[in-house]
Amino acid sequence: MPPRLCSLCGTAKAIIKRPKTGTQVCKDCFFEVFETEVHNTIIENGGIFKRGDKVAIGASGGKDSTVLAHVMSTLNQRYDYGLDLFLLSIDEGITGYRDDSLETVKQNQIEYGLPLKILSYDELYGWTMDKIVSQIGKKNNCTFCGVFRRQALDRGAAQLGVSHIVTGHNADDIAETVLMNTLVTESEDTIKRSKPFKYAYEKEIVMYAYFKKLTYFSTECIYSPDAYRGHARVFLKDLEAIRPSAIIDIIHSGETFQLDEDVKSGMKALQNCLRCGYISSNDLCKACALLEGLEQGLDKSAIKTSQEGAGTAPTGQRTIPFYNRTAAKEEIAI
Amino acid sequence: MTTAVEQLNQVSPMPHGKTPAVEQISIRLEFGSQPKHQVSLPKRISQDESEAGDDKPVTVKYLIKWMKDNLLSERVEMFGDGDGVRPGILVLINDTDWELEGELDYQLQENDEVVFISTLHGG
Repeated sequence: MPPRLCSLCGTAKAIIKRPKTGTQVCKDCFFEVFETEVHNTIIENGGIFKRGDKVAIGASGGKDSTVLAHVMSTLNQRYDYGLDLFLLSIDEGITGYRDDSLETVKQNQIEYGLPLKILSYDELYGWTMDKIVSQIGKKNNCTFCGVFRRQALDRGAAQLGVSHIVTGHNADDIAETVLMNTLVTESEDTIKRSKPFKYAYEKEIVMYAYFKKLTYFSTECIYSPDAYRGHARVFLKDLEAIRPSAIIDIIHSGETFQLDEDVKSGMKALQNCLRCGYISSNDLCKACALLEGLEQGLDKSAIKTSQEGAGTAPTGQRTIPFYNRTAAKEEIAI
Repeated sequence: MTTAVEQLNQVSPMPHGKTPAVEQISIRLEFGSQPKHQVSLPKRISQDESEAGDDKPVTVKYLIKWMKDNLLSERVEMFGDGDGVRPGILVLINDTDWELEGELDYQLQENDEVVFISTLHGG
Protein backbone atom coordinates (compact mmCIF):
# COMPACT_ATOMS: atom_id res chain seq x y z
CA MET A 1 0.00 0.00 0.00
CA PRO A 2 1.58 3.34 -1.02
CA PRO A 3 1.79 5.88 1.80
CA ARG A 4 -1.20 8.14 2.14
CA LEU A 5 -0.33 11.68 1.23
CA CYS A 6 -1.04 14.83 3.21
CA SER A 7 -4.35 16.38 2.24
CA LEU A 8 -2.89 19.87 2.66
CA CYS A 9 0.46 19.86 0.85
CA GLY A 10 -0.21 16.78 -1.26
CA THR A 11 3.43 15.74 -1.21
CA ALA A 12 4.53 14.41 2.18
CA LYS A 13 3.34 11.23 3.89
CA ALA A 14 0.39 11.78 6.22
CA ILE A 15 1.15 10.90 9.83
CA ILE A 16 -2.02 11.87 11.68
CA LYS A 17 -5.73 11.76 11.10
CA ARG A 18 -7.06 14.95 12.64
CA PRO A 19 -9.95 14.19 15.00
CA LYS A 20 -11.60 17.56 14.45
CA THR A 21 -11.81 17.35 10.66
CA GLY A 22 -11.05 13.75 9.72
CA THR A 23 -8.35 14.98 7.34
CA GLN A 24 -4.95 13.32 7.09
CA VAL A 25 -1.93 15.57 7.32
CA CYS A 26 1.86 15.29 7.29
CA LYS A 27 4.07 16.25 10.20
CA ASP A 28 4.99 19.76 9.01
CA CYS A 29 1.44 20.64 8.02
CA PHE A 30 0.18 19.26 11.34
CA PHE A 31 2.51 21.54 13.30
CA GLU A 32 1.45 24.46 11.16
CA VAL A 33 -2.33 23.94 11.39
CA PHE A 34 -2.17 23.16 15.10
CA GLU A 35 -0.19 26.31 15.89
CA THR A 36 -2.29 28.44 13.53
CA GLU A 37 -5.53 27.28 15.13
CA VAL A 38 -4.21 28.19 18.58
CA HIS A 39 -3.18 31.57 17.19
CA ASN A 40 -6.74 31.99 15.84
CA THR A 41 -8.18 31.16 19.28
CA ILE A 42 -5.89 33.81 20.74
CA ILE A 43 -6.84 36.56 18.28
CA GLU A 44 -10.57 35.81 17.90
CA ASN A 45 -13.00 38.52 18.99
CA GLY A 46 -10.35 41.19 19.12
CA GLY A 47 -7.76 39.07 20.88
CA ILE A 48 -7.22 37.98 24.44
CA PHE A 49 -3.91 39.82 24.89
CA LYS A 50 -2.64 43.36 24.50
CA ARG A 51 0.87 44.17 23.45
CA GLY A 52 3.14 44.43 26.48
CA ASP A 53 0.93 42.19 28.64
CA LYS A 54 2.68 40.17 31.28
CA VAL A 55 1.26 36.65 31.04
CA ALA A 56 1.80 33.65 33.31
CA ILE A 57 1.56 30.16 31.85
CA GLY A 58 0.19 27.80 34.48
CA ALA A 59 2.75 25.00 34.26
CA SER A 60 2.37 21.58 35.87
CA GLY A 61 4.92 19.66 33.82
CA GLY A 62 2.09 17.61 32.28
CA LYS A 63 1.42 17.27 28.58
CA ASP A 64 -0.99 20.17 28.17
CA SER A 65 1.01 22.84 29.94
CA THR A 66 4.29 21.64 28.45
CA VAL A 67 2.85 21.96 24.94
CA LEU A 68 1.25 25.29 25.91
CA ALA A 69 4.59 26.72 27.05
CA HIS A 70 6.16 25.61 23.78
CA VAL A 71 3.37 26.94 21.58
CA MET A 72 3.00 30.23 23.48
CA SER A 73 6.69 31.06 23.13
CA THR A 74 6.63 30.01 19.46
CA LEU A 75 3.58 32.15 18.64
CA ASN A 76 4.79 35.11 20.70
CA GLN A 77 7.88 35.23 18.50
CA ARG A 78 6.24 34.31 15.19
CA TYR A 79 3.38 36.79 15.42
CA ASP A 80 5.19 39.31 17.58
CA TYR A 81 2.47 39.47 20.27
CA GLY A 82 4.90 41.47 22.40
CA LEU A 83 4.07 39.41 25.51
CA ASP A 84 6.24 39.05 28.55
CA LEU A 85 5.82 35.34 29.37
CA PHE A 86 6.38 33.61 32.71
CA LEU A 87 5.98 30.05 33.94
CA LEU A 88 3.97 29.73 37.13
CA SER A 89 3.89 26.42 38.98
CA ILE A 90 2.07 25.46 42.10
CA ASP A 91 3.79 23.00 44.39
CA GLU A 92 1.02 21.15 46.17
CA GLY A 93 3.52 19.27 48.30
CA ILE A 94 2.94 15.74 47.00
CA THR A 95 6.10 13.74 47.48
CA GLY A 96 6.88 11.41 44.61
CA TYR A 97 4.55 13.23 42.23
CA ARG A 98 4.75 16.98 42.16
CA ASP A 99 8.42 17.13 43.07
CA ASP A 100 9.14 15.00 39.99
CA SER A 101 6.87 16.96 37.69
CA LEU A 102 8.40 20.25 38.84
CA GLU A 103 11.71 18.98 37.49
CA THR A 104 10.03 18.89 34.08
CA VAL A 105 8.91 22.49 34.52
CA LYS A 106 12.47 23.49 35.43
CA GLN A 107 13.55 21.86 32.17
CA ASN A 108 10.97 23.94 30.28
CA GLN A 109 12.31 27.04 31.99
CA ILE A 110 15.73 26.36 30.49
CA GLU A 111 14.46 25.27 27.06
CA TYR A 112 12.22 28.29 26.50
CA GLY A 113 14.19 30.80 28.52
CA LEU A 114 11.12 31.78 30.53
CA PRO A 115 11.34 32.94 34.15
CA LEU A 116 9.76 30.43 36.53
CA LYS A 117 7.95 31.05 39.78
CA ILE A 118 6.98 28.20 42.08
CA LEU A 119 4.51 28.91 44.85
CA SER A 120 3.88 26.15 47.37
CA TYR A 121 0.80 25.31 49.40
CA ASP A 122 3.17 25.05 52.32
CA GLU A 123 4.30 28.69 52.18
CA LEU A 124 0.81 29.98 51.37
CA TYR A 125 -1.41 27.84 53.58
CA GLY A 126 1.05 26.20 55.96
CA TRP A 127 -0.11 22.80 54.72
CA THR A 128 1.19 20.41 52.07
CA MET A 129 -1.13 17.90 50.40
CA ASP A 130 0.91 15.18 52.09
CA LYS A 131 -0.03 16.65 55.49
CA ILE A 132 -3.64 17.25 54.47
CA VAL A 133 -4.08 13.65 53.29
CA SER A 134 -2.47 12.30 56.44
CA GLN A 135 -5.10 14.19 58.44
CA ILE A 136 -8.26 13.86 56.34
CA GLY A 137 -7.58 10.71 54.31
CA LYS A 138 -7.70 10.26 50.56
CA LYS A 139 -11.40 10.76 50.12
CA ASN A 140 -12.27 14.32 49.04
CA ASN A 141 -8.67 15.47 49.18
CA CYS A 142 -9.13 16.73 45.60
CA THR A 143 -11.57 19.34 46.90
CA PHE A 144 -8.86 20.87 49.07
CA CYS A 145 -6.33 20.67 46.29
CA GLY A 146 -8.66 22.26 43.74
CA VAL A 147 -9.70 25.18 45.95
CA PHE A 148 -6.15 25.78 47.12
CA ARG A 149 -4.70 25.61 43.62
CA ARG A 150 -7.16 28.08 42.13
CA GLN A 151 -6.36 30.69 44.72
CA ALA A 152 -2.63 29.89 44.69
CA LEU A 153 -2.48 30.51 40.94
CA ASP A 154 -4.06 33.94 41.41
CA ARG A 155 -1.75 34.82 44.25
CA GLY A 156 1.33 33.57 42.42
CA ALA A 157 0.32 35.62 39.39
CA ALA A 158 -0.17 38.69 41.58
CA GLN A 159 3.30 38.21 43.04
CA LEU A 160 4.71 38.06 39.51
CA GLY A 161 2.81 41.22 38.64
CA VAL A 162 1.11 39.58 35.64
CA SER A 163 -2.31 40.60 34.39
CA HIS A 164 -3.27 37.35 32.75
CA ILE A 165 -2.97 33.60 33.32
CA VAL A 166 -3.16 31.05 30.52
CA THR A 167 -3.83 27.41 31.33
CA GLY A 168 -3.51 24.24 29.27
CA HIS A 169 -7.15 23.14 29.49
CA ASN A 170 -7.97 21.46 26.19
CA ALA A 171 -11.20 20.85 24.27
CA ASP A 172 -11.72 17.48 25.96
CA ASP A 173 -11.37 19.07 29.41
CA ILE A 174 -13.87 21.79 28.58
CA ALA A 175 -16.37 19.41 27.04
CA GLU A 176 -16.09 17.29 30.18
CA THR A 177 -16.80 20.34 32.32
CA VAL A 178 -19.86 21.18 30.23
CA LEU A 179 -21.12 17.60 30.50
CA MET A 180 -20.70 17.57 34.23
CA ASN A 181 -22.63 20.78 34.46
CA THR A 182 -20.02 22.45 36.60
CA LEU A 183 -19.62 25.54 34.52
CA VAL A 184 -18.32 28.25 36.74
CA THR A 185 -21.03 30.78 36.19
CA GLU A 186 -19.47 33.46 38.25
CA SER A 187 -15.80 34.09 38.36
CA GLU A 188 -14.07 33.73 41.68
CA ASP A 189 -10.77 34.68 40.12
CA THR A 190 -9.07 38.02 40.46
CA ILE A 191 -6.78 37.73 37.46
CA LYS A 192 -8.01 37.20 33.93
CA ARG A 193 -7.73 33.60 32.73
CA SER A 194 -7.69 32.23 29.21
CA LYS A 195 -7.45 28.82 27.62
CA PRO A 196 -5.64 29.00 24.28
CA PHE A 197 -6.19 25.24 23.80
CA LYS A 198 -9.94 25.38 24.33
CA TYR A 199 -10.54 24.10 20.80
CA ALA A 200 -7.50 21.82 20.67
CA TYR A 201 -8.21 18.10 20.94
CA GLU A 202 -6.27 16.14 23.49
CA LYS A 203 -5.16 13.70 20.81
CA GLU A 204 -3.49 16.50 18.86
CA ILE A 205 -1.79 17.92 21.93
CA VAL A 206 -0.33 14.51 22.74
CA MET A 207 0.68 13.94 19.12
CA TYR A 208 2.25 17.40 18.97
CA ALA A 209 4.33 16.63 22.06
CA TYR A 210 5.29 13.26 20.61
CA PHE A 211 6.42 14.53 17.22
CA LYS A 212 8.15 17.60 18.69
CA LYS A 213 9.82 15.27 21.21
CA LEU A 214 8.77 17.48 24.12
CA THR A 215 9.40 15.90 27.48
CA TYR A 216 6.49 15.94 29.82
CA PHE A 217 5.53 14.21 33.00
CA SER A 218 2.73 11.68 32.74
CA THR A 219 1.99 9.96 35.99
CA GLU A 220 -1.29 9.88 37.80
CA CYS A 221 -1.53 11.87 40.97
CA ILE A 222 -0.84 9.44 43.82
CA TYR A 223 -3.77 10.78 45.83
CA SER A 224 -6.22 10.47 42.99
CA PRO A 225 -5.20 7.44 40.97
CA ASP A 226 -8.65 7.01 39.53
CA ALA A 227 -9.46 10.63 38.75
CA TYR A 228 -8.97 10.10 35.04
CA ARG A 229 -11.35 7.16 35.13
CA GLY A 230 -14.24 9.52 35.61
CA HIS A 231 -17.42 8.50 33.88
CA ALA A 232 -17.74 11.75 31.96
CA ARG A 233 -14.25 11.37 30.51
CA VAL A 234 -14.84 7.81 29.40
CA PHE A 235 -18.23 8.72 27.98
CA LEU A 236 -16.64 11.58 26.02
CA LYS A 237 -13.90 9.38 24.60
CA ASP A 238 -16.56 6.88 23.53
CA LEU A 239 -18.58 9.66 21.91
CA GLU A 240 -15.50 10.96 20.17
CA ALA A 241 -14.75 7.51 18.79
CA ILE A 242 -18.19 7.45 17.15
CA ARG A 243 -18.36 11.09 16.13
CA PRO A 244 -15.18 13.15 16.52
CA SER A 245 -16.96 16.50 16.30
CA ALA A 246 -18.90 15.66 19.49
CA ILE A 247 -16.27 17.43 21.60
CA ILE A 248 -16.57 20.72 19.73
CA ASP A 249 -20.36 20.38 19.58
CA ILE A 250 -20.56 20.06 23.36
CA ILE A 251 -18.25 23.05 23.88
CA HIS A 252 -20.40 25.06 21.51
CA SER A 253 -23.53 24.23 23.49
CA GLY A 254 -21.72 25.32 26.66
CA GLU A 255 -20.65 28.58 25.05
CA THR A 256 -24.16 29.49 23.98
CA PHE A 257 -25.53 28.77 27.44
CA GLN A 258 -26.91 31.92 29.04
CA LEU A 259 -28.07 32.51 32.54
CA ASP A 260 -31.55 33.83 32.97
CA GLU A 261 -31.66 37.30 34.54
CA ASP A 262 -33.79 35.96 37.42
CA VAL A 263 -31.16 33.35 38.19
CA LYS A 264 -28.39 35.93 37.99
CA SER A 265 -30.12 38.31 40.35
CA GLY A 266 -30.65 35.46 42.80
CA MET A 267 -26.95 34.71 42.99
CA LYS A 268 -24.92 36.05 45.84
CA ALA A 269 -22.92 39.15 45.09
CA LEU A 270 -19.18 38.86 45.23
CA GLN A 271 -17.41 40.37 48.15
CA ASN A 272 -14.01 40.06 49.73
CA CYS A 273 -13.24 37.35 52.23
CA LEU A 274 -13.37 38.92 55.68
CA ARG A 275 -10.30 36.99 56.71
CA CYS A 276 -7.88 37.01 53.77
CA GLY A 277 -9.34 39.52 51.32
CA TYR A 278 -9.70 37.03 48.49
CA ILE A 279 -12.80 37.20 46.31
CA SER A 280 -15.74 35.27 47.72
CA SER A 281 -19.51 34.99 47.60
CA ASN A 282 -19.58 34.39 51.35
CA ASP A 283 -18.03 35.92 54.45
CA LEU A 284 -15.15 33.51 54.17
CA CYS A 285 -13.63 32.29 50.93
CA LYS A 286 -13.53 28.56 50.33
CA ALA A 287 -9.83 28.33 51.10
CA CYS A 288 -10.17 30.08 54.48
CA ALA A 289 -13.11 27.84 55.41
CA LEU A 290 -11.21 24.68 54.47
CA LEU A 291 -8.09 25.91 56.24
CA GLU A 292 -10.08 26.56 59.42
CA GLY A 293 -11.31 22.98 59.36
CA LEU A 294 -7.78 21.68 58.92
CA GLU A 295 -6.45 23.91 61.68
CA GLN A 296 -9.16 22.64 64.02
CA GLY A 297 -7.74 19.20 63.45
CA LEU A 298 -10.89 17.89 61.76
CA ASP A 299 -10.70 14.73 59.69
CA LYS A 300 -12.68 14.39 56.47
CA SER A 301 -15.41 16.51 58.02
CA ALA A 302 -13.10 19.52 57.50
CA ILE A 303 -14.65 19.75 54.07
CA LYS A 304 -17.97 20.83 55.60
CA THR A 305 -16.54 23.80 57.46
CA SER A 306 -18.94 26.74 57.14
CA GLN A 307 -18.14 29.74 54.95
CA GLU A 308 -19.73 31.94 57.55
CA GLY A 309 -17.34 33.35 60.03
CA ALA A 310 -15.52 36.29 61.45
CA GLY A 311 -12.62 38.21 60.02
CA THR A 312 -10.38 36.97 62.74
CA ALA A 313 -9.49 33.32 62.83
CA PRO A 314 -9.94 31.38 66.08
CA THR A 315 -6.96 31.88 68.37
CA GLY A 316 -3.86 29.93 67.49
CA GLN A 317 -4.90 29.08 63.95
CA ARG A 318 -2.78 29.93 60.95
CA THR A 319 -4.33 32.05 58.21
CA ILE A 320 -3.66 32.98 54.60
CA PRO A 321 -1.79 36.26 53.96
CA PHE A 322 -4.09 39.18 53.15
CA TYR A 323 -4.79 39.76 49.47
CA ASN A 324 -6.10 42.94 47.97
CA ARG A 325 -7.69 42.62 44.54
CA THR A 326 -11.10 42.74 42.92
CA ALA A 327 -12.75 40.13 40.75
CA ALA A 328 -11.73 39.67 37.16
CA LYS A 329 -14.51 40.57 34.78
CA GLU A 330 -15.80 37.45 33.12
CA GLU A 331 -19.15 35.87 33.51
CA ILE A 332 -18.88 32.38 32.16
CA ALA A 333 -15.50 30.88 32.52
CA ILE A 334 -15.09 28.69 29.49
CA MET B 1 0.77 3.50 41.35
CA THR B 2 1.35 2.73 37.71
CA THR B 3 -1.00 2.61 34.80
CA ALA B 4 -1.66 -0.51 32.82
CA VAL B 5 0.45 0.83 30.00
CA GLU B 6 3.37 1.49 32.29
CA GLN B 7 3.09 -1.96 33.79
CA LEU B 8 3.66 -3.38 30.35
CA ASN B 9 7.15 -2.12 30.49
CA GLN B 10 7.94 -3.60 33.84
CA VAL B 11 7.74 -7.22 32.81
CA SER B 12 10.85 -8.81 31.48
CA PRO B 13 10.96 -9.69 27.79
CA MET B 14 8.64 -12.59 27.13
CA PRO B 15 9.83 -15.99 26.03
CA HIS B 16 9.06 -16.71 22.44
CA GLY B 17 5.82 -18.39 21.39
CA LYS B 18 4.91 -21.82 22.62
CA THR B 19 5.82 -23.48 19.37
CA PRO B 20 9.37 -22.50 18.48
CA ALA B 21 9.00 -24.03 15.05
CA VAL B 22 6.67 -21.19 14.04
CA GLU B 23 8.44 -18.51 12.03
CA GLN B 24 8.67 -15.34 14.10
CA ILE B 25 8.98 -11.67 13.36
CA SER B 26 10.44 -9.10 15.69
CA ILE B 27 8.44 -6.00 16.69
CA ARG B 28 9.45 -3.05 18.84
CA LEU B 29 6.91 -1.79 21.34
CA GLU B 30 7.13 1.54 23.12
CA PHE B 31 4.98 2.98 25.90
CA GLY B 32 5.12 6.73 26.28
CA SER B 33 8.67 7.78 26.90
CA GLN B 34 9.75 4.42 28.34
CA PRO B 35 12.57 2.44 26.74
CA LYS B 36 11.67 0.28 23.79
CA HIS B 37 10.63 -3.28 24.28
CA GLN B 38 11.45 -5.99 21.76
CA VAL B 39 8.94 -8.81 21.27
CA SER B 40 8.60 -11.76 18.90
CA LEU B 41 5.34 -12.70 17.23
CA PRO B 42 4.47 -15.48 14.83
CA LYS B 43 4.79 -14.26 11.27
CA ARG B 44 1.48 -15.80 10.26
CA ILE B 45 -1.70 -16.48 12.21
CA SER B 46 -4.95 -18.38 12.00
CA GLN B 47 -8.02 -17.08 10.20
CA ASP B 48 -9.70 -15.98 13.44
CA GLU B 49 -6.48 -14.19 14.46
CA SER B 50 -6.38 -15.98 17.79
CA GLU B 51 -3.25 -18.11 17.38
CA ALA B 52 -0.29 -18.85 15.19
CA GLY B 53 -1.33 -20.46 11.93
CA ASP B 54 -0.89 -20.26 8.23
CA ASP B 55 -3.85 -18.25 7.09
CA LYS B 56 -2.75 -14.63 7.09
CA PRO B 57 0.06 -12.28 8.15
CA VAL B 58 0.07 -11.29 11.81
CA THR B 59 -2.04 -8.20 12.57
CA VAL B 60 -2.20 -5.48 15.21
CA LYS B 61 -5.36 -7.17 16.47
CA TYR B 62 -3.28 -10.25 17.25
CA LEU B 63 -0.58 -8.09 18.85
CA ILE B 64 -3.07 -6.44 21.21
CA LYS B 65 -4.61 -9.75 22.22
CA TRP B 66 -1.10 -11.14 22.70
CA MET B 67 -0.19 -8.16 24.90
CA LYS B 68 -3.29 -8.65 27.04
CA ASP B 69 -2.49 -12.35 27.46
CA ASN B 70 1.25 -12.06 27.95
CA LEU B 71 2.30 -8.62 29.12
CA LEU B 72 -0.48 -7.20 31.24
CA SER B 73 -0.71 -8.48 34.76
CA GLU B 74 -3.56 -6.40 36.11
CA ARG B 75 -5.93 -3.61 35.17
CA VAL B 76 -6.21 -4.99 31.66
CA GLU B 77 -9.40 -2.95 31.32
CA MET B 78 -7.32 0.23 31.43
CA PHE B 79 -5.66 -0.82 28.21
CA GLY B 80 -8.01 -2.98 26.23
CA ASP B 81 -11.55 -2.50 25.06
CA GLY B 82 -13.04 -5.39 23.10
CA ASP B 83 -10.49 -6.38 20.49
CA GLY B 84 -8.86 -2.96 20.51
CA VAL B 85 -7.45 -0.44 22.94
CA ARG B 86 -9.46 1.86 25.11
CA PRO B 87 -10.47 5.21 23.65
CA GLY B 88 -7.88 7.66 24.91
CA ILE B 89 -4.90 5.44 24.17
CA LEU B 90 -3.14 6.60 21.03
CA VAL B 91 -1.39 4.09 18.82
CA LEU B 92 1.35 4.89 16.30
CA ILE B 93 2.72 2.39 13.83
CA ASN B 94 6.15 3.40 12.55
CA ASP B 95 5.45 6.95 13.72
CA THR B 96 2.13 7.18 11.92
CA ASP B 97 -1.29 7.42 13.52
CA TRP B 98 -2.70 3.90 13.34
CA GLU B 99 -5.99 5.37 12.14
CA LEU B 100 -4.20 5.89 8.81
CA GLU B 101 -2.77 2.38 8.79
CA GLY B 102 -5.91 0.28 9.11
CA GLU B 103 -5.86 0.07 12.92
CA LEU B 104 -6.46 -3.53 14.04
CA ASP B 105 -6.20 -4.89 10.51
CA TYR B 106 -2.71 -3.54 9.89
CA GLN B 107 -0.37 -6.38 8.95
CA LEU B 108 2.81 -6.26 10.95
CA GLN B 109 6.19 -6.51 9.26
CA GLU B 110 9.60 -7.40 10.63
CA ASN B 111 11.06 -4.49 12.67
CA ASP B 112 7.84 -2.52 12.83
CA GLU B 113 7.62 -0.14 15.76
CA VAL B 114 4.34 0.26 17.62
CA VAL B 115 3.96 3.06 20.18
CA PHE B 116 1.16 3.30 22.76
CA ILE B 117 0.53 6.62 24.48
CA SER B 118 -2.10 7.13 27.13
CA THR B 119 -3.77 10.53 27.05
CA LEU B 120 -5.79 9.83 30.13
CA HIS B 121 -3.78 11.35 32.91
CA GLY B 122 -1.60 14.30 33.71
CA GLY B 123 -2.72 17.78 32.70
